[in-house]
Formats: sequence, structure tokens, C-alpha cells
Amino acid sequence: MSQSFSDGTAATQYLTVNLADEEYGIDILAVREIRGWTPVTRIPQAPGYVLGVLNLRGAIVPVLDLRLRFGLTREEYSGTTVTVIITVASRLFGIVVDAVSDVLDVEQNHVRPVPDMGTAVDTEYLKGLTSIGERMVLLLDADKLLQPQDAQMLDAALNAVDDVKAVA
Amino acid sequence: MAKILAVDDSASMRGMVAFTLRSAGYEVSEAENGQLALDAARGARFDLVLADVNMPVMDGLSMVRELRVLPEYKGVPILMLTTESNTEKKMEGKAAGATGWLVKPFDPEQLLATVRRVLG
Amino acid sequence: MSTVSLAQFHQVFFEESLEGLDAMEAALLALDQGGDAELVHLIFRAAHSIKGGAATFGFPDMAAFTHEAESLLDELRDGRRATDGAIVELLLRTVDCLRGMFDRAQTGQPLANAQSDELRQQLAATVGRSVVAPAGKTIDKSTAQSGWVIQFQPHPGMLAGGNDPLRLLRELAELGQLTVEAQLDRLPALDALDPSECHLGWRIELIGAATREAIVAVFEWVEGECDLSIEPLAQVATAQPSNIVEAVAAPAVQNVAAKAVAGSNDAGSVRVGIDKIDGLIDLVGELVITQAMLDQFREEFDPSRIALLQHGLAQLARHTRTLQESVMGIRMLPIGSVFNRFPRLVRDLTQKLGKLVKLEMIGEHTELDKTVLEKIGDPLVHLVRNAIDHGLEMPEKRRAAGKNETGTLRLEAFHRGGSIVVEIVDDGAGLNRDAIVAKALQKGLIQSADGLSDETVNELIFQPGFSTAATTTDLSGRGVGMDVVRRNVTDLGGSVAIKSRPGAGTTFTITLPLTLAIIDGLSAAVGEECYIVPLVSIVESVQLRADAVRSVVGGGELFRFRDEYLPIVRLHEQFGCPGAKQQIEDGLVIVVEADTGRVGLFIDGLIGQQQAVVKSLEANYRRVEGISGATILADGSVALIIDVAGLVRMQSRRKAA
Repeated sequence: MSQSFSDGTAATQYLTVNLADEEYGIDILAVREIRGWTPVTRIPQAPGYVLGVLNLRGAIVPVLDLRLRFGLTREEYSGTTVTVIITVASRLFGIVVDAVSDVLDVEQNHVRPVPDMGTAVDTEYLKGLTSIGERMVLLLDADKLLQPQDAQMLDAALNAVDDVKAVA
Repeated sequence: MAKILAVDDSASMRGMVAFTLRSAGYEVSEAENGQLALDAARGARFDLVLADVNMPVMDGLSMVRELRVLPEYKGVPILMLTTESNTEKKMEGKAAGATGWLVKPFDPEQLLATVRRVLG
Repeated sequence: MSTVSLAQFHQVFFEESLEGLDAMEAALLALDQGGDAELVHLIFRAAHSIKGGAATFGFPDMAAFTHEAESLLDELRDGRRATDGAIVELLLRTVDCLRGMFDRAQTGQPLANAQSDELRQQLAATVGRSVVAPAGKTIDKSTAQSGWVIQFQPHPGMLAGGNDPLRLLRELAELGQLTVEAQLDRLPALDALDPSECHLGWRIELIGAATREAIVAVFEWVEGECDLSIEPLAQVATAQPSNIVEAVAAPAVQNVAAKAVAGSNDAGSVRVGIDKIDGLIDLVGELVITQAMLDQFREEFDPSRIALLQHGLAQLARHTRTLQESVMGIRMLPIGSVFNRFPRLVRDLTQKLGKLVKLEMIGEHTELDKTVLEKIGDPLVHLVRNAIDHGLEMPEKRRAAGKNETGTLRLEAFHRGGSIVVEIVDDGAGLNRDAIVAKALQKGLIQSADGLSDETVNELIFQPGFSTAATTTDLSGRGVGMDVVRRNVTDLGGSVAIKSRPGAGTTFTITLPLTLAIIDGLSAAVGEECYIVPLVSIVESVQLRADAVRSVVGGGELFRFRDEYLPIVRLHEQFGCPGAKQQIEDGLVIVVEADTGRVGLFIDGLIGQQQAVVKSLEANYRRVEGISGATILADGSVALIIDVAGLVRMQSRRKAA
């Protein structure tokens, strides 16, 4: 189920997923595996879009709901709901999407910048868009989804609390 | 291909010697000190023994003396790997029965050249 | 064959050299206490290996530096110089300096610096000469001749030494054109001939531009095992066996950047004894056999064989448990590697302070988890410093108190139950109650000391803010308060206790878990969720009646446990768990304890006890306050492990707010 339109320039493969009637592409090199939705263990003090953690062959992996991450309404999970496990900077996390749809070869010169308006999603998480016939595919910037800077700031804040105690 | 026994208590030196010789196609066994080298030598016939001088348990000179007592190691080349470049040390090695020496530091090329010189 | 890269051996060289330096240091300290000559040999060997490796692997500055130390050690070894305190001191500084060089080598920085240069000068001066800049090679170059006549008569034993005359002839042939004439005059009669001896001699004419040195070099190894003369071709006259000039081998040292290696070993490594690995292999073998046995049941299952199946499963369970223990054993290292640093520390400190201290170390072979081991060093250093600084008295004071002038400091490690205990015991003055109370009053930690037991007063030194020293964490741990020591130990899942008797001394007892990787825990239900509470922190679980709980101003709840009031932490509120029990009498309160205090955790109920393999939450996510990690339950789902110390901290913060 792979479509491609090649004219000889560098192409990147994307896994496309469906989310609230839009199609998003994830760089396939970042995709570790795709698994059916299974309940996760909730984590305290987590942002709303972090559903919890699951066990991926012994590793504890956080799972985000992409709808919630993008500020969309929550949808009941169905038989097509899947968790896509992604690895960014050697960290693993899962994203829950409505369904996976396709694998696309997208050439660099077919990627266009995202206009500021017109998408339901904050452009911050997108690195461009491309179209195949009538379909428009939004290319996700996987690095931004977990926003490690958030995590680092939180860690720093927690450490600061402890250090203040230690110094006091 | 010739079989060589590399004896040195330093894992890095031993590793360098063994790796260099294996890369050149020799079959190399390793030992950490003179005693272990003797044990290895009794079980196998080596064509060349390369041995450090200063080692715990049994030093290189004692090892050479013991090896030369074994009939099958009469005449087998034994080279001492030594930083002691003074004549006295070399002569001690010779007196113990060593064939010759290779003065540390040596690089892989020098090692190979010497080994080829001895094994022909 | 010039493709062998020396960089690949750097890491091994660094590791073995650092071990060698540790051994050197320990031996030097033992030597200072009047150790035997074997120690000098050991020290010499270590220095010698480092010098050889440094020269070989491309660290000429280190080789040159170590060479000076080696020369000094050579004098000690030969008895040309006696060992004294100054020499030991100098060599200890040499060890430190070399450690610094290795640090720099690992990050690819230049090895020598002003400090190492100065020390090198000092070593050289001690040996009795100053370092001269390496001069160019000065070889007496004799002019090349058109040819040489070589008389070569091996002694009969030369062959036994491994030198083959044919090899020598072959090498000569590389220098020029040879004309070789065998001399048979020493050949014995056939029946007297020993084939392992050499009886032939040769007269060799070598035509070519070879120097005498080149020819001498060929015969280098057989000096003393043959008669040799080398004369220029023209003037073959009285052949005198020549003395072979020592050939100077140019040190061909390649400068290979250490950067390739640096930073590639972030994950750390463990050296594992062969016996441990063999044990694992045996166990895996057993598992394979058990598996094969169980496999039979897949083909055909007959109820009559159910006993066999049960037996197989029991065996599997046993092997799995043993395998788990053995694998954990790989991470276990002797605490001696941490204790090793103390002889030096104690020596330096006592010299500086003018105290006399005998250090005793017991149980160095006690093993504990590598991670625990790495983190226990600094707290121990602090306690040892503390004991010498504040615990042990000056000699005259000890004498006046009727004690031995020399104080004793004992470090002891041993197993107790599932824990490792490390005790730091001194026979010094003991904690000074009045001084502690005065300081605590001054710092506002207490309002009055009336009615406080000695134990309670002693505990004050662990209070944050008790230590006045500035919080600079230099390596020796100076300036870090006892509160940080306690926190470091608590973070490892351990505890610190203190016992002191005025005039008789102080004992610090550190209790540590055997491993951080597996804990015993109780699984607690909170709503639909399950949390693991580490067994070591559980004091008791109690069921409370509603009227046993008192609400306090600010919304907190207290209950009476034995003779104290403890705050209740409602886990479902703290962690936001849905569907949890709300009424105190419906659920259970577990009294948990950390160094920082006790609290009652309100949960729905206990599910059971289990071993939990601790997994990191931070690896892919981040730290969560009140949670120390996660584990995987039998059904494959994830359960979070409660960080009791963290929860107690959160609780006291809330109280303070």
C-alpha cells in the first residue's frame, strides 16, 4: 500500500495516520512499532495529554493522546485506535491516533511550509505539508510532541526544590 | 600459520600485540603472567613466545628459564618485550635463555617486522 | 599492515593504569607503615607498566614523567636508596599527578602541565640529576664502507637459545651481496655430534654500503653466544671480536588522539569474574534442559503425567530464581574499591591536623550493587573526615583523658538480612550535647533543649541548616552538611543512624539495600490503581476508626500512632486516583518511615507482597515527585513504586506552607 511519485530527488517515507478527519505523516524512521490500543497506567502530576505509561518489552514508555496534545476533543477509543511508538533522541514514547492509513514516499521538494491559518492544529508541531491528489498530509515534527524542554524544566524545578531544602 | 604465545600482565599491551599479530594472520594465545604462560606452553607447541619482563606471580626471566628446561622449547625463539634498554637487563634475559628482545615502546609495524624476522 | 589503530587499546590502557595507580597508592601507604620489599616491587611494576603503555599508545609526556618516577623506584628496589616519609610523599603526589594525566588523556587534553613539570623536575632531582631536554640521537656514525668481512662462529649453545644462524645470514643478505663460506673445522665426528648444537662457523663477505652499526644490529641478539669480528673489506688483518655497540632504537611513537575513545563509554562497564559467568552458563544449560522437558507436554498431554509437569514447573521456578540472583550478582562489586581511598585520606588528614589515628577496615570483600557503590563514596568520605576532624581528639587530650594517644577509626561492612551495613566507628570524644544544643538554638532549629533526649539532640546534626559550612561540594566532601549525607543515603533507599557516648566515641551506621534493581514491596490498591510500597519503609498497617483522626487547621489530618501524632497522606488525593475510598474506616493506613520522618499512607487496601524489578521512569519520561520508579506486574501492566522519602518531604513542605 505504498504510493510514490518519484522524480529522482531525495524522498522520505512517512507513515500516515488519521486524526479528526485530517491525515498526518510521521517520519517512518522515527516509528518503532504500531500496536493496538491497550490501557495504560496513569501517572500523577502529568499534563492531560499524557495518558500514562505502558510496558514495551520491559521499558516504561509514556503515551500521549495526539488529539489532546493538539487541543482537539477527546474521542472514544475504537477497534481502529492504535498506539504508534516513536523514538526521538533515544527516548521512546507512544502516540494514540484514530487509525493508521498509509506509507508515503514524499520528496523534499514536494514539502511546502504550513500556512499559519487553516489547520486545526498548532503549526508548532508541524514541519510542513504535502498533498497527494486531493489529499493533504500534514507532516508532524515528532521532536516537538513530547517537548523535552518541558520535561527538563520540570526536572529542574523539582531539583531546585530539593536543593533549597538541602542548602537550608 | 605460526602459533605465537603473547605474555604480558598489561591487558592493553597484550591486546595490542595479539591484535596486531592476529591481523597479520598468526594464531595467538595470550597469558597474563609467566606461570600461566608455562601452563599454556605445556599444552601446546608454540613457534614463538613474546614475553614481558616485569610480571606478577612469575616474571619473564623465570618463565624463560623454566621454558628452556622443557625439551620441546629448546630452540624455540623467545623474545623479551622490555622497556629496559640497558645492556645489563638484556644480558640477564639472554642468560636466562631468551633469543632476543624487542624494546618498548614499539608500534605494530615494528612488532611485525621483528616477528617476521624471527619466523622468516 | 599499518592499519592497526592504537586508539582501540586506549580505554583498556586507561582502566588498567588507573587500577595500577590504586594499587601503587595502597602499596605506598603500606610501605609508609613499614611494609616489606615486595611492596616496592609491586609499585615499580605498576609504574613500569604505565610507562611502557604510555610510550606505546602515544602518550610521550606521560611516559617521560613516569620514567623519572621509575628511576627513583629502581633505586629503592635495588636498595641504593632507603624509603622514607619524604619519598613516599613524593611518590604519592606522583600517583595523583598521573591520575590527573589520565583524566586529561580521556578528554584529549595535553597531558603535561606546570604541576607535572615541576613534579618531574623534583623526581629527577631526587634521583640525582635534572631532566635534560631530549637531545637528538647521537650515534657514532662510522662511514659506510664498500664492504665487510665478517667472521661468525656461533657457540655450540646458540641454537638452543632460539637464534638460527640461517636467519642471521638472511638478514645480512638484505644489507648487500653476500659470499658465505662455511667453516667446518669445529665439526665433531658423527658419533659425537649433538644435532641440537651448532658447530659450524662462517666467513662472510658482504659487498654493499652497509654501516658497521647495521651489521652489529643483525647480531645484536647473539652477543656473547658467538665469536664475531667485523672488518672493512680492504684491511682484513688481525680479527678482534668486536664489542657490539648498543643500537639505539628510535622511539617511534605515534600521536593518536584520545578523543576517539573519550565519551564512548558513558554506559559504564563492569568487570565480571569468569566464575560468575561460568555459573550463568551452567544455569542457562539447566534452563534449556527444563524447557526441553516441558516441551514434551506440547506434543502429547496425558493426565497421568501431571506430576511430571508440576515437577518441571517447580524446577523452572527454581532455576529462574537462581538465574535472577546470579545475574544480579554480576552487578555486585566489593566495597573495598570504596574503602581503598581511606588510607590515603586518613594519612593526609591526620598529618595536617597533627592527630594520631589508626585506621581499621573490615569486610572489604562485602559486595554491593555497582550503582549503590558509586554513590556511597562521598557520604563515607564525609563521615570519615568528620570523625577525624571532630570526633578524634589531639594526642595530648587523649592522654589526659587516660586513652591511648592513637585514636582508632574503624570502617566495617557486613551483611545483615537483605541489607548491607557500613559502620564508621571512632573512639573519640563523642558528640558534645551542649555544643549541638547551642548551635541548634542559635540556628533556630529548636526553641529549648529541655526534655530532649540525647538521641533527639544527636539527630539534630542531620537537620538541614545545622551545618554552618558553605555548601561547596569539593571532592573530599568538605563543606557538605550531614543533612546531605543523610539525603544521599536515603536516595539510595538506605538510612543513617547515630550512636554516641561522651568520651567513648561515635558510631555511624549506614544501612543500604543490597541492590537498587529489585525491591520487596507490598502492592496497594488505590481506586482502580495499584502502587508498590517498598517493604523496608513499612512500619505497620493499621485500620483506623473515623474518630481516631483529628483534623488540624489548614486541612491536615493527624492520627495517634504509639506515642506520636502522624500526618495522614491520602494517596488518592496526592496522586489524583479516581474511584478510591474516601472514608478512613473503609480503607487502610500504612505507617511508613523515611529518615525525614513518618507518615500514614491512606490506601484502599493491600493486594499482596511481591518482588518488584525497578524500572526507570526517567529513561523515557521524567521524574515524578513521590514516585521512585515503575515495575511490571505479572499481567504485563505497569505499576508505579512509591518514593516514601519523597512523599514525606512533600508532606512536610505542605505543612510548612
